[in-house]
Amino acid sequence: MNGCTERVYNGLIKENPTFVLMLGMCPTLAVTTSAINGLGMGLSTTVVLVLSNMLISMLRKIIPDSVRVPAFIVVVASFVTIVQFLMEGFVPSLYASLGIYIPLIVVNCIILGRAESYASKNPVVLSIFDGIGMGLGFTVGLTAIGIVREIIGSGKIFGTQILPLADEAAGKAGYTPITIFILAPGAFLVLAGLTALQNKVKNNMAKKGKKVPESASCADGCASCTNNACGGKVFPAGNEE
Amino acid sequence: MKELLIIAIGSALVNNVVLSQFLGICPFLGVSKKVETAAGMGGAVVFVITLASFVTGIINKFILANEAIMDGKLVYLQTIVFILVIACLVQFVEMFLKKSMPSLYQALGVYLPLITTNCAVLGVAITNVQKSYSILEGVINGVGTSVGFLIAIVILAGIREKMEYNDISESFQGTPIVLITSALMAIAFFGFSGLI
Repeated sequence: MNGCTERVYNGLIKENPTFVLMLGMCPTLAVTTSAINGLGMGLSTTVVLVLSNMLISMLRKIIPDSVRVPAFIVVVASFVTIVQFLMEGFVPSLYASLGIYIPLIVVNCIILGRAESYASKNPVVLSIFDGIGMGLGFTVGLTAIGIVREIIGSGKIFGTQILPLADEAAGKAGYTPITIFILAPGAFLVLAGLTALQNKVKNNMAKKGKKVPESASCADGCASCTNNACGGKVFPAGNEE
Repeated sequence: MKELLIIAIGSALVNNVVLSQFLGICPFLGVSKKVETAAGMGGAVVFVITLASFVTGIINKFILANEAIMDGKLVYLQTIVFILVIACLVQFVEMFLKKSMPSLYQALGVYLPLITTNCAVLGVAITNVQKSYSILEGVINGVGTSVGFLIAIVILAGIREKMEYNDISESFQGTPIVLITSALMAIAFFGFSGLI
């Protein structure tokens, strides 16, 4: 496997930002009320991630080490602004449903995390593919959660009715949507189920004596997150105890 | 006065920042093991968000949206300017506290740098602009939102302290049970939705 496909594989499967690293939890929980919202958010994050990885990698020898984080933030914020205006112009309905979470891509852990841990140390082409891999991994994660929530919460996938709804007045048997899954608590519940599943897999692997993949889980606290963007270095682990 | 009260209660309880808007999930899940540290984090967030909503409000009114400068066309720079202002502000607050109020710095110190990447801070600044709040309304919204964060994180920490002694099934230990707790809290906070 050459370097580029390896990066894409790494982002999609091995270090999937949603399921393995658990980065970018705010948008993951907030916009996954439907599959299409998850997909839209994932793709816009991917665009920002690819572009910022590319530019930061180009500038990696120019940006002085001591001011790198503010410099990264400016680069990311500029691309977010561009994406924001493009979306407002071309996909206004998606823009309206994602709302405030579009500008908030700036503070998404994944983007600053990749800039800090990959793009600032690696050549341009590899960084671009790293961005594509990570972005697609994030997109797959969000879309998957979105599909689960949409199908339980309203019986639809991508807005198409999959499960026929029950109609008591007409005496028709069918599916009664559990509305709470498209409301706020549903996001927590789905993610809880998902992480429990992941723990189960990990525990099984550990029992069989296989090597468990490293998780920089943000949900264990940004404290345990090793990248500087999350403030990991200024918040040594164990401080909480 | 009535409007201000509605903004404050609305942002603190009805549209709770963590439980219904999902901003600031990272610190909410990460720094909520003990009530004491949760309260420290909450205090730091209240402090920074209040200050940040005031400063970004002023910058937006007098520079970005000012008709005299570029016909108010600079509004498109919002995201970039706000995130930089917040990052600088956090640094500045940290330095100021270290110099002049060492005891407060001792209490909040570790949490301050973490707040830059707390999306609630930028979220409040952008919400204030989107809803075209005045500076005073913006600050009230900031205080309300951050107090909502404080309430949520302290409650969660209280529950987690009690949960230490519970027998939780293996797969649900750690993050999953915390997420389920938050889900139940979010359901409870739905009760406030009839308030305004």
